[in-house]
Amino acid sequence: MAIITPRPQLTLAERLYLPAIVSGMWLTIRHFFVNLLGLKKKFTLEYPDEKCPPPPGCRGAPTLVRDEDGREKCVACQLCEFVCPPRAIRVTPEALPPGSRHAKIEKRPAAFEINMLRCIYCGFCQEVCPEEAIFLREKTILTGASRRELVHDKQRLLALGGSRPDSVKKWKDK
Amino acid sequence: MVNHAADIVVHWVQAGMATPWLVWLVITLMKCGAVVGVMMGMVAYTVLAERRFCAFIQDRLGPNRVGPFGLLQPVADGMKLFLKENVLPGHVNKVYYVLAPAITLFPALATIAVIPFGNRLGGEKMVIADLNVGILWVFSLAALGVYGIVLAGWASNSKYPFIGGVRSAAQLISYELAMGLSVIGVFMLAGSLNLGQVVEYQSHCWLVLKQPLGFLIFMVAMFAETNRTPFDLPEGEQELAAGYNTEYGSMKFALFFMGEYANMVVASAVMVTLFFGGWQVPFIPVEQWLGCSWLSGMVYIGCFLAKLAAFLFLFIWVRWTLPRFRYDQLMNLGWKVLLPLGLLNILLTALVLAGQR
Amino acid sequence: MADPVSKTSAVERVNLTVDGRAVSVPKGWNLIQAARKAGFHVPHYCYHEKLSVGGNCRMCLVEVGLPRMGPDRKPVLKADGTPEIGWLPRPQIGCATQAGEGMSVRLNSQLVKECRRSVLEFLLINHPLDCPICDQAGECKLQEYAFQYGGGESRFVEEKERKPKKVELGPRVTLDDERCILCTRCVRFCREIARDDVLGIFNRGSHSYISCYPGRKLENNYSLNTVDLCPVGALTSTDFRFKMRVWFLKETSSLCASCARGCNITVGSREGVVHRFKPRCNDAVNSHWMCDEGRLNYKWINDERRLKKPLIRASGSAKWDEALAAARDALVRNRGRVAILASGQCSCEELFLLKKLAETYGAVVKLAPAHEGPGDNLLVETDKTPNMNGVRLMGFEAGREVGAKLSDAMAKGEVAALVAVRECAVAAGVDAGALKKMDAILAIDVLPSPTVEMASVVLPGAAHVEKTGTFINFQRRLQRFHPAFAPPGEARTDLWILGQLPGGDSKPLDYEKVFNRMCGETPAFQALPWEPLTEKGVEVEW
Repeated sequence: MAIITPRPQLTLAERLYLPAIVSGMWLTIRHFFVNLLGLKKKFTLEYPDEKCPPPPGCRGAPTLVRDEDGREKCVACQLCEFVCPPRAIRVTPEALPPGSRHAKIEKRPAAFEINMLRCIYCGFCQEVCPEEAIFLREKTILTGASRRELVHDKQRLLALGGSRPDSVKKWKDK
Repeated sequence: MVNHAADIVVHWVQAGMATPWLVWLVITLMKCGAVVGVMMGMVAYTVLAERRFCAFIQDRLGPNRVGPFGLLQPVADGMKLFLKENVLPGHVNKVYYVLAPAITLFPALATIAVIPFGNRLGGEKMVIADLNVGILWVFSLAALGVYGIVLAGWASNSKYPFIGGVRSAAQLISYELAMGLSVIGVFMLAGSLNLGQVVEYQSHCWLVLKQPLGFLIFMVAMFAETNRTPFDLPEGEQELAAGYNTEYGSMKFALFFMGEYANMVVASAVMVTLFFGGWQVPFIPVEQWLGCSWLSGMVYIGCFLAKLAAFLFLFIWVRWTLPRFRYDQLMNLGWKVLLPLGLLNILLTALVLAGQR
Repeated sequence: MADPVSKTSAVERVNLTVDGRAVSVPKGWNLIQAARKAGFHVPHYCYHEKLSVGGNCRMCLVEVGLPRMGPDRKPVLKADGTPEIGWLPRPQIGCATQAGEGMSVRLNSQLVKECRRSVLEFLLINHPLDCPICDQAGECKLQEYAFQYGGGESRFVEEKERKPKKVELGPRVTLDDERCILCTRCVRFCREIARDDVLGIFNRGSHSYISCYPGRKLENNYSLNTVDLCPVGALTSTDFRFKMRVWFLKETSSLCASCARGCNITVGSREGVVHRFKPRCNDAVNSHWMCDEGRLNYKWINDERRLKKPLIRASGSAKWDEALAAARDALVRNRGRVAILASGQCSCEELFLLKKLAETYGAVVKLAPAHEGPGDNLLVETDKTPNMNGVRLMGFEAGREVGAKLSDAMAKGEVAALVAVRECAVAAGVDAGALKKMDAILAIDVLPSPTVEMASVVLPGAAHVEKTGTFINFQRRLQRFHPAFAPPGEARTDLWILGQLPGGDSKPLDYEKVFNRMCGETPAFQALPWEPLTEKGVEVEW
């Protein structure tokens, strides 16, 4: 069914356009001079020089973290690899060598790669991680000269992640 | 510098080293060079001004990176456009496609020839061609400007440019009528088609005061003729991608772009000349204070440029205030409002003139 | 589950009601089986249909009721004519309660739910909850039931019991005692099925743990079945440990190709890499089990030395069309002087095409060498090839002396071209020097061998997990296997290669077409039922 919207009946002043034009021009010229003379706080951030501080909860690049003792928290359960929607994560697990300080944890990633060209920053990996080992940190701007460079390996992920205190101490007395 | 150069020429003439026509040629070429140079500079900086002013109107900053206050931005833009690959799309009509940008820019540059931009400098009239039918020259060249756009739209062999071209043809033809009618009152009062004499006529009272309705119609028509908002239907980014210049890039696009701004400059110059006293300085008897010297000549030129700049600012100001007309509104305004008002203006002027006699 | 008892006609049956659904089952079935027949699953850990009843996990507790009897020893009827049920006050374990006439079972009453939740809470008291590093995660009954029936949280605040972790029970099995729920499936398996009674429970109460008897090790050839049996992650395969999480594995029904039994297996692979073989239940062949030897015999499939490109030795070309043309040329050139060395590793369909090839090029001899080794009286057969019966059925001469026979034919000059499919002539006993004098050797194989080194044309084939086909096992049972992934590199399935060799308008062959042609031309395969063939196999007679 056609819906007919009646056109508003314009008054003579409205049909003349001129009053509306004048009021509009008055508005814009006010803004012009206010900004020209710098009478108002500017909102624009001049990007490379001024950067917007990441808001709390900002989801930047996923990273691996260590606990306060410097232990890599990841135990290579591969849940992140499983949950990752764009399949950006690839984990190769291995058994911890018997002499290792953390040998009781038994398992660790031999290789941990996140392809940042595929990552969509959804944060599922952080959410699913049972060890609180993977965190999306503030780093949001990633650039590289090659595709290979943007596949973050374990070293790079750990370097980006830094350390976070272990709140659960799950493996403390294993 | 101009001063010094002119002195040399004068000296040269006095020394009898040149025949009069050669002197005339040299002086005219110097005027051409100066005018085109100043005009292209104005075009470049109008673009920058437009970008920065619209930013202020919108509470932004605008381009402020290249040089102090972004003053070198036009240089960077120009270099970018020069260095861009000159693409010739496969589906276009090649000859007209390449010709169209030149046809757009040329009339704008040619029109300025008859505009008197100053009184006299070293005895030389500050107008390139002191035509006795100056205004006809202006109108005929303005009419030529349409061809560039229509040709671009047609030669691009693409739907958006085509629609843009068709719109511009309809729009420019419609508003040329109103434009022509609106200035008839001016010439009825001034009694001459020579723009220099029109300026002289305004030495006591600007014509805008005697012809307010004519000025209003003329200004609206000028906005339409230059394809500026609220009459930028041929470009209409939201509907037509970029309208007639959709298929253009690099230097060819730059020519269109320069053409638009050159048209703005010319339109402002014509308005200043016809309605705002041209190079005349209001209220101040310049020649009584400074004598008939080089200095006063420069003051007149400066005054002309200042008025020009004010109009350019108006163009920018309007563009970032008013939304675009709908097509039917555009046609309504042109044919049903401006055209009758133009006729009315002629009638009123004629009646007043008849009454005075 | 199969219903072996009901096949014999004179079995007494009992009628009972499970959650309101009436079922009739043979006498002697327990309530888990009866419930399954009625379409219900009773959660359980220690019960396994092929093992004796342990009855120690208490997970299968159900409510049981019997018809109330009147003074006249007749069931008391309710107003609507149905018998009145007297519910036993305590829940019963389903695995050790036999179905009885007129019995009623409740699987989802408040009491049963309460029992399951409490049992799970008990089981999880000392559980280490190290699912992130546990290989069983994803196929762990403790995880599944805790999600489905558990309470969701623990009230246990005391210290958890510490037990040995990473205990090597034997060369192939690693035990984590903390994860063990002491269901004793592994103990019963070793005692009853493998007949190698090495496992037992030591200590008492919550200190109990599984271990080998002192001085012994879990090293029998069936030890990895305890890993399959373990409902939790206590027993893990040392080979598979930490290799890949089970949820990534693509499971493909296939067959074990390590001996003539043809155990039904599930291949667990990810992106073209086999990670494990697991037995697939087929009561007619392997029940739930398979031997460790067959289970671990998968590493050659992803071996780096796999043949991945065709090769014409003379020109060094590695293009399929050229290699196939060269192979066809060699066969045409030596028409009437061709010998075919087939293998028990070939599927029936491949052997059928080889037979056709032999007819086309007038093969002098069609042989297949035997591979024998030690067997046992549970699953392992002495014949180490999966399809020797297929070889015989397709008219190939099989046996230990085929090498001598081939040498003879070569010595007499009857043979100038050899087609070796998945077999090495040198290994079969043919003198390498004599082979070198042959006009052409075409080798279709997966791994390098002396014959492949010598072959004039090498055509890389596929392992059985990379192709589809059928084997006939030692019981003359025709069983199908399916492809888990494509052959590596440029290797192709043997069926495709053999389809290209006759020449002419040889188009890539469709498996089903070959199968149908084979069935049409082989009397033993007339009117094969399709459905069981894809699942459990069909016995064929000839």
